[in-house]
Amino acid sequence: MKTVPKETPKDVAKALEPVIKRYREKKGNTISLLSDIQTTFGYIPEDAVDHVSRVLNLPSAEIYGVASFYAMFRFKPEGKYVVRLCRGTACHVQGSWLIGEQLQRHFGIPEGGTTEDNMFSLHYVACLGCCSLAPVMMVNGTVHGRLSPELAVEVLESYRSKA
Amino acid sequence: MDKITVKVGMASCGIAAGSRPVLKELQKTLAGRSEVEIKEVGCLGLCFHEPLVEVDQNGKRTVYGEVTPEIAARIVSEHIDGGKILEDRAILSDETDACENRMVERQVRVVLRNSGLIDPTRIEEYIARQGYEALKKALSSMTPEQVIEEILASGLRGRGGAGFPTGLKWKFARASRGDEKYVVCNADEGDPGAFMDRSVLEGDPHSIIEGMAVCGYAIGSTHGVIYCRAEYPLAIKNLSIALDQAREKNLLGKNIMGMGFEFDIYIKEGAGAFVCGEETALMASIEGRRGMPRPRPPFPANRGVYGKPTNINNVETFANIAWIILNGGKAFAAYGTEKSKGSKVFALAGKISKGGLVEVPMGMPIRDVIFDVGGGIPNGKKFKAVQLGGPSGGCLPESMLDTPVDYESINATGAIMGSGGMVVMDEDTCIVDVAKFFLTFVQNESCGKCPFCRIGTKRMLEILERICSGKGKPEDIGLLEDMAYKVKDGSLCGLGQTAPNPVLTTIKYFRDEYEAHINDKRCPAKVCTALIHYTIDPEKCIGCTKCARQCPVNAISGEIKKLHVIDQDACVRCGQCIKVCPVKAISVE
Repeated sequence: MKTVPKETPKDVAKALEPVIKRYREKKGNTISLLSDIQTTFGYIPEDAVDHVSRVLNLPSAEIYGVASFYAMFRFKPEGKYVVRLCRGTACHVQGSWLIGEQLQRHFGIPEGGTTEDNMFSLHYVACLGCCSLAPVMMVNGTVHGRLSPELAVEVLESYRSKA
Repeated sequence: MDKITVKVGMASCGIAAGSRPVLKELQKTLAGRSEVEIKEVGCLGLCFHEPLVEVDQNGKRTVYGEVTPEIAARIVSEHIDGGKILEDRAILSDETDACENRMVERQVRVVLRNSGLIDPTRIEEYIARQGYEALKKALSSMTPEQVIEEILASGLRGRGGAGFPTGLKWKFARASRGDEKYVVCNADEGDPGAFMDRSVLEGDPHSIIEGMAVCGYAIGSTHGVIYCRAEYPLAIKNLSIALDQAREKNLLGKNIMGMGFEFDIYIKEGAGAFVCGEETALMASIEGRRGMPRPRPPFPANRGVYGKPTNINNVETFANIAWIILNGGKAFAAYGTEKSKGSKVFALAGKISKGGLVEVPMGMPIRDVIFDVGGGIPNGKKFKAVQLGGPSGGCLPESMLDTPVDYESINATGAIMGSGGMVVMDEDTCIVDVAKFFLTFVQNESCGKCPFCRIGTKRMLEILERICSGKGKPEDIGLLEDMAYKVKDGSLCGLGQTAPNPVLTTIKYFRDEYEAHINDKRCPAKVCTALIHYTIDPEKCIGCTKCARQCPVNAISGEIKKLHVIDQDACVRCGQCIKVCPVKAISVE
C-alpha cells in the first residue's frame, strides 16, 4: 500500500494554484473541481487529488467517490487524440461494434486503452446525438459520421500523419 | 434589389457531415455582396440530407441537401445570380415540387418553431420571431396562478418521458413554501438514439431560457439551473452565449423588463452518467455529489436542490411554454388526443430512409411517422421493429404499428413514449442482440445502489450473452422474465424499474427469435457471431485474392486464380470479405 506523501511535488502544486483559488470556500463543486484538474493535467493524477484534498479540506475518499462515478474522469494519461466511438442504439444497429473491433485490432489496444506511441486513446461512449449520421465517432472535439470499419481507420490514420 | 438570406445548418450533425467547408466557400464567393446575408442556423430536422443550405429570397425558401463546396458555388452562380433553382439538388422548396415537401407537410412546429430558421447566437433573431413576448405577457398581464392555469389548460405533459402534467407540477412547486426555490432544466439527454434536446439546445436556446423564466415567475423562483450533459459541447456553448445576451438585454437578472421580477440561470455540466437524467440523481449531481437516486417522497417540489422546493422539467417541455402563453392553452390542446395534447418531437434514426428530427401532432400512428414522414426502410429491406423510449422502452413489431403516439397507447404496448427516440430496425437486426445491447447499457449505467438493478441486470445480461453465443437453455426465457419482474419491483428509480423493458417487449413480440437462438442455435438475422459462419462458394470463387487481402486477421488462404478457403477458427466474422467479393461468392450461414 502506498502511503500519502506529506508534500506535493512542486510542479503539481504550482499547476493547481489557479484551480485551488477558484474553489476555495466553495462547497458542492467537486465535479467542476475534478473537471478543472483534468483540464490541467489531461487526467486526474493521484498527487493532485491528495493536494486539493489537503488544501481544500475535502476527504480524498469523497473526491475519488465522485471521480469514479462519472464516465468523464480518467485516472490515466490519455493519448494525443481521444477517440470516442459512439455505441448508441442507432450506431449499434448500423454496425458500430464492427468498427470497434477493427479499431482495437488495428491499433492493438483494448477499449479504454492508449496506443504505445501515446497517439490514440479509444473509448466507447453512449450516444453522441448524431444518430442520423450513424455510425459516428468523435476525435477530440470533432465528430466523424457515416463510417465503416475501413473508413474509421483511414480517418484516424490521417490524424496520425497530421501529427 | 432583392434581399437574400443564405442559411447554413451548423448544428453538431451538420458540422460532422461537412458544413464547415461549405460555409467557407459561401463566405468566400459571396464576400462583399451587401444584398446577401449568410447565417449559421441550427438543426432543420432533415439530418439525412446534411449538409444543408437554404436560400431565402423574399420569403420564398429553397433548401438544398448534400451540399459540397462545389455545389455551394453552383447555388451562388445558378440560383442567387441566375435566379434558377437547382432542381436536381433542391430537397424542399416553396416554389417547386421538391422531394421532401411531403415530409414537412405532415408536421407541426411548436418546439422546433425556430430551429434551423434563426441564428441561435443572435438574440435579435429570436426576438424578431416573437421571442420573449410570452415572458412579457406573463409578467405584465398575468398572475402566476393564471400562468399555471394556462399551462394546465394546454394539457402539456412532461416531455422527458414520464408524461406528468406540467401545470400540476408547477402548481405543487408554487404551493410549496420556501424562501428560495429552484427551476431546473433537465438537459441530460442520455437515451442512446435520441437527439431532440440537443437540437433545441443548439438551435434555439432562448426558447428554453424563456420557458424557464416563465416557470420561475409562476412558481415564485429566482434561481434557474440547466443541467446539460458534457457530451454536447456546442449546446453548452450556444446556451452560454444566449444567457449572456439575455442578461445584457435585462431579460434575465434583477428587475426583468422593469417589472420587478428577478430570475437568473446558470449551467451545470454533467460528467457522463446516464442515471443523472433521473430527477433525484440529477439534483445530487448539481450539488456536486455522486449522482445516486434517493426515495421519493419527499418530492423535488418540497425538497429539491439544496433542500429547497424545486421544479424540474425537460428541455422540450420548457420549449413549449412560450408558445402556449402566447397562443393560449386552447390552441395547444387543439393538437393531439384526449389525454395527450400538443405535438411531440421524435428523433428518427437507425434503418430509416429519412433519419432526422420530426415534430408531429400527438395521436399520429407510428406507421405514419416511420413510413410517411420518415420515408420507410432503405435498400428495399423489410421492417422488423421500432425501438421507442431508449433503454427504458421497448421494441414494437409490425403488428403494433397502428398504435397512435400518445402516452397511454404506447404504455399499453409495454414500451414507453420516452423522450422521443425512435430507432428503426430492419430484417438484418437481431432482436436478441438488441436486448443484449440495452442490458449492457443499463448494466454499465446502474449506479449500484439497489441490488436488484446492480446484480439482477448483470445476471440477465449473462443469460442473454449465453443465448447469443449458442449456449442458451430452453428454460432461459422463463428465467429472464422472472428476473425482469424482480428487477422492476426491487429498484428504487426509473432506471432499474424500466431496465428490463427491452427484454420483456422483445420476448413478448419476438419470442420465435429467442427460440431460434436457443433451440436451433441459429441467429435468423445473421448477426450473433458465434452462431454464424462465412463460407466461400467453390463454384463462384474466381481466386481474385481480394478477400484474402481485405481480411483483417488473415483467415482466408488461397492462391491466385484458385479457390479460397476461410479458416473458421481464425475468422472474426467482420463481414469485410463479403463487401469486397466481386462475384458474391461469400455467404453467411
